[in-house]
Amino acid sequence: MTQTTGRKTRFIRSLDPAVLTAFGCILLLLVLGSFYSRSFLSPEYLLQQLKVASFLGVIATGMMLVILLGQIDLSVPWTVATGAMMACAAAAYGPLGTTLAIPFGILCGIAIGLVNGVGVAYLRIPSMIVTLATNAVAQGVMVVYTGGFSPQDSATTAMRYLATGALIPGIPNVVFIWALIGAAMVFILRRTGFGRAVYGIGNRERAAYLSGINTRRIVMIAFAASGGLSAFGGVLLAGYASKAAQSMGDAYLLPAIAAVVLGGTSILGGRGTYLGTVAGVILITLLQSILSVTQMPEAGRQITYGGVIIFMLLLYGRAPPSR
Amino acid sequence: MESGAPLFRMEGISKRYGGVRALENAELSVRAGAIHAVLGENGAGKSTLIKIMAGVVAPDDGRMTLDGKPVEFASPAAANAAGIVSVFQELSLIPELSVADNIIISNPPTRFGMIDRRAQRRLAEEALARAGAEDIHPLALVKDLPLSRKQIVEIAKALARKPRILILDEATSALTAADVSKVFAVLKRLRAEGLALLYISHRMNEIAELADDCTVFRNGSKVASYAAGTRSDTEVIQMMIGREYHSVYPPKPDQPLQAESVLQAQSLSWADRLHDISFSLHAGEIVGLGGLDGQGQRDLLLALFGVLRGLRGRVLVDGRPVRIASPAQARQLGIGMALIPEDRKTEGLMLPMTVRENLSLASLDRLTRAGVIDSAKEDDIIDRVMTLLAIKAGNIDAPVAALSGGNQQKVVIAKWLMRQPRILLLNDPTRGIDVGTKQEIYQLLRRLADEGAAILYYSTDYAELIGCCDRVLVLYDGTVKRELIGADITEHALIASALNIHPAVPTHQEPAQ
Amino acid sequence: MKDWQYRLAEHRGTLTALSIFVVMFIIYTANHPAGFTANVVQTAANKGVLLALVAMAQTMVVITAGIDLSVGMIFLLTNCLASWLVVGSPLETAVGVVIVLAVGALCGAINGAIVIYGRLQPIVATIATGAVYFGIALLLRPFPGGSVNEVLADALTGRIFSVVPASLVVLAAVIALIWVPFSRSVYGRAAYAAGSSETAAYMSGMPIRRGKLLAYALSGLVAGIGGLFLTFFTYTGDAALASGNAYTLFSIAAVVLGGVSLFGGKGSAIGAVFGALAFRTIGDLLFVFDFDPLWQPLFQGLILLAAVSLGALALFRVRNRLESFQ
Repeated sequence: MTQTTGRKTRFIRSLDPAVLTAFGCILLLLVLGSFYSRSFLSPEYLLQQLKVASFLGVIATGMMLVILLGQIDLSVPWTVATGAMMACAAAAYGPLGTTLAIPFGILCGIAIGLVNGVGVAYLRIPSMIVTLATNAVAQGVMVVYTGGFSPQDSATTAMRYLATGALIPGIPNVVFIWALIGAAMVFILRRTGFGRAVYGIGNRERAAYLSGINTRRIVMIAFAASGGLSAFGGVLLAGYASKAAQSMGDAYLLPAIAAVVLGGTSILGGRGTYLGTVAGVILITLLQSILSVTQMPEAGRQITYGGVIIFMLLLYGRAPPSR
Repeated sequence: MESGAPLFRMEGISKRYGGVRALENAELSVRAGAIHAVLGENGAGKSTLIKIMAGVVAPDDGRMTLDGKPVEFASPAAANAAGIVSVFQELSLIPELSVADNIIISNPPTRFGMIDRRAQRRLAEEALARAGAEDIHPLALVKDLPLSRKQIVEIAKALARKPRILILDEATSALTAADVSKVFAVLKRLRAEGLALLYISHRMNEIAELADDCTVFRNGSKVASYAAGTRSDTEVIQMMIGREYHSVYPPKPDQPLQAESVLQAQSLSWADRLHDISFSLHAGEIVGLGGLDGQGQRDLLLALFGVLRGLRGRVLVDGRPVRIASPAQARQLGIGMALIPEDRKTEGLMLPMTVRENLSLASLDRLTRAGVIDSAKEDDIIDRVMTLLAIKAGNIDAPVAALSGGNQQKVVIAKWLMRQPRILLLNDPTRGIDVGTKQEIYQLLRRLADEGAAILYYSTDYAELIGCCDRVLVLYDGTVKRELIGADITEHALIASALNIHPAVPTHQEPAQ
Repeated sequence: MKDWQYRLAEHRGTLTALSIFVVMFIIYTANHPAGFTANVVQTAANKGVLLALVAMAQTMVVITAGIDLSVGMIFLLTNCLASWLVVGSPLETAVGVVIVLAVGALCGAINGAIVIYGRLQPIVATIATGAVYFGIALLLRPFPGGSVNEVLADALTGRIFSVVPASLVVLAAVIALIWVPFSRSVYGRAAYAAGSSETAAYMSGMPIRRGKLLAYALSGLVAGIGGLFLTFFTYTGDAALASGNAYTLFSIAAVVLGGVSLFGGKGSAIGAVFGALAFRTIGDLLFVFDFDPLWQPLFQGLILLAAVSLGALALFRVRNRLESFQ
């Protein structure tokens, strides 16, 4: 068994049918879109879509890590909002606050993630419940903090620069950030012991534990990372909009899950590639974009959005037949 | 061969799972009022055969007749309707439902569309009584019952369906001796009532006591059918394994090694399952755990490996007391323990993951530098263990699920040998694998012992304990009842002490060597 | 053990939820300026019944080891539909009610069909169908509005013999006419069995698919009754996303408080009903103790977190660590 053939088969295996179908659907959407408007295939439009996708991409990265473990993180909405609000809040505390705004926002997300991790890893509460509860607590804290109004603090220059600036002209920074996080994620999943352990736990936690893997630590880290990435997504979104808003995270929970699952990651854990998640994120973003440029009313968009997701899942996201 | 027309016949039955042949042109015929024993090694196709009979899986090919008329079963319900009911090896009980709910599950009495609980309870009590288990409360939840009681409920559930053909697949493997004799009485009564019974068991003595007809399977096909008592046990075993039985085990060292004790257990107790267990394990020896199944052997292995909470007593490694609170600690450098778990599909392997990933899983800490996997090192060590165990895997980057059962089990063992453990705990590692692989495992264990490993080996197969072990600790009700050394390890001694009978009384004649 | 001990053990989750609710409600009424009066009970009942119905709907899916993240959206959809149809003459109103309930059941059945025959994971499937149901609700009511037969609405939200809140009677009727027959039917048992161990249920030849489908359809029906009641309380239809999401989340909380196992196969909708009533009383308690309403979401979150953590304490009695892995 030489190393090169090993790499090659691993690469081929990563191109499972689900990922290919997802990319096929992306092409199909682009073609359909180009019938509607020529600008659909223009570099400006595509780059714009990539930029919009990046926010979702950052959040979906954390979600994917948790889903690979066979868990789910429903605390995304208010972790996003908490990250954004806390970063903006820190900015109000002088130059030191401004400097630490971004790390502080991310740290708040990690804290929420750690609570999730303790609940799942130590108390063995189903992740669906504990993340729902922390979401409610985070919402409660934020409501108390803001007094129920939209927060008045605004994003720092650094946040705005990350979200809207372009270090290299033409390529938005946020796309770079997603690419960096994505590359790190691919490396972690494929080349590190942590990545192997994540897949192992997702497949069979009992076997992973009996293999001497510290399953609790891995679960804690994954949830903390998910929290941190959600909060970072929130920081970027706040930078994009110049300020945080109460329900800014609501629009990211379902798309994040849908993107991960449409990318071929099994919701039961243990199976999936980051390439698939990238495809899923782009797919969801394009779908949303097409639905909005066709100026369909919100109702029609929701119906099409849900219908298309079900259709695509029925196409390739099904469990094997039992008999 | 038997008197009277067969009640049920299967002919030319074939079934493949993926590329693996489970049954090839198999046949079987069953008559009413008789107990028909089906014998064969694990993997001989017995389970697949009865699953087809019971409508759980569909055959690829072949035909079945009941009362001379061709039949086909689309589901277990269809087979039940035809009067074929199976007591499965894997329990088919619903854990969260009550005993009564489970017994009357397929066809409950109803009133106004709702289940009539009173009538149901009466029926359940009748069925329990027929199965000789009046002591089980019909309202108890199945998940709260011990394994042997569950098995009895399973039999009662089958009886409640008024079967014409009753299939028992290893139905007694989890039972205590007292329960077994009760069940036997029930089965004999059913035979007298005119039922056809199909009985699958590995226990030769049970077959000798019960069976009227026998059929032996090997490699998915029928080898022979004969009336019970017309073949000697040795002949039967040769039919099952298809070759001489002797050369299977490697020779033991003549002189027991007097090395340092590597692992010592001092009065280990846990919950109500382990009581005051003490023993020591030396480098270079294979110590067997014997006794009837479920006497605490598994718990002992898990306790040593740090899985059980609230363990009392002391564990010493190299004479130093250690506290092992998790498998992660048990495998650490100073201890170097490894456990080959009982069920490779749920505890040993991640079936969809690749051979490489599975092999590396227990040694990620050693294969990584600053968290990053060192591929060269990984390939090296994998190459070494793959050669050591002669694992036949076309591609180590293919899912481990694609391997045969024997090779999968080798992967489970190899995964731990990657760490070169000093203390190897094995929990029934040869269950469900072919004879050839078993033989390789026996030889491997001896080789590891010769190289200085200390091995604690639990097996449900007495022949293995006799063939492989230097010493055997016989457990009964969570305590070590007897220690057998060297030539004292015999079938008679094992069985007698397993049943806690003293002095050793020869009970069954079962050829081992 | 005696029969009654087994029965007690069987209903422990429900009884725990009941006692939590009773204790909280006594504290609430004892501190309420008006005390334990018909008025106070009626207000509390009307607030609690909506969540109780949605929680009951959620339970039916959860016992099959599924989850319905679209339940809040079915609730909104039927609310919006009722604000169009449940008006006019008694006959028109009756037809309207039947259509609304049928649509609720249909939504549930669609979820079930996708999960059972499409073999999709319930969590993903219902997220997607939830978007569709919300879209339809929005189509029906882009802006809050509409009306409802007020005679019927007032009758069902008022008091019977000026003592008993009518909404509680309706809730009891739903339990007696839908939940009890279902849970004791062959299909209901198949739904439980599928949730507890699907392979064992299959090996036992139970009608798993039909049982599960019925559970999903009845879940939709009960959510539809909830939507109808929402219309009776508010006299309008309103496709409010936040409200739908909140009901979905709270229904899961209520189910957990009610002793229903999210792994399926265990628990009763009656427990979930008391879980829902208890959850609603939290808000009322904060009110009588004069807490700033701003703190209400935080308290609800903390109590939910505490409740699920308490449930985890049983884990520390597990002596074999392997048993804590599913």
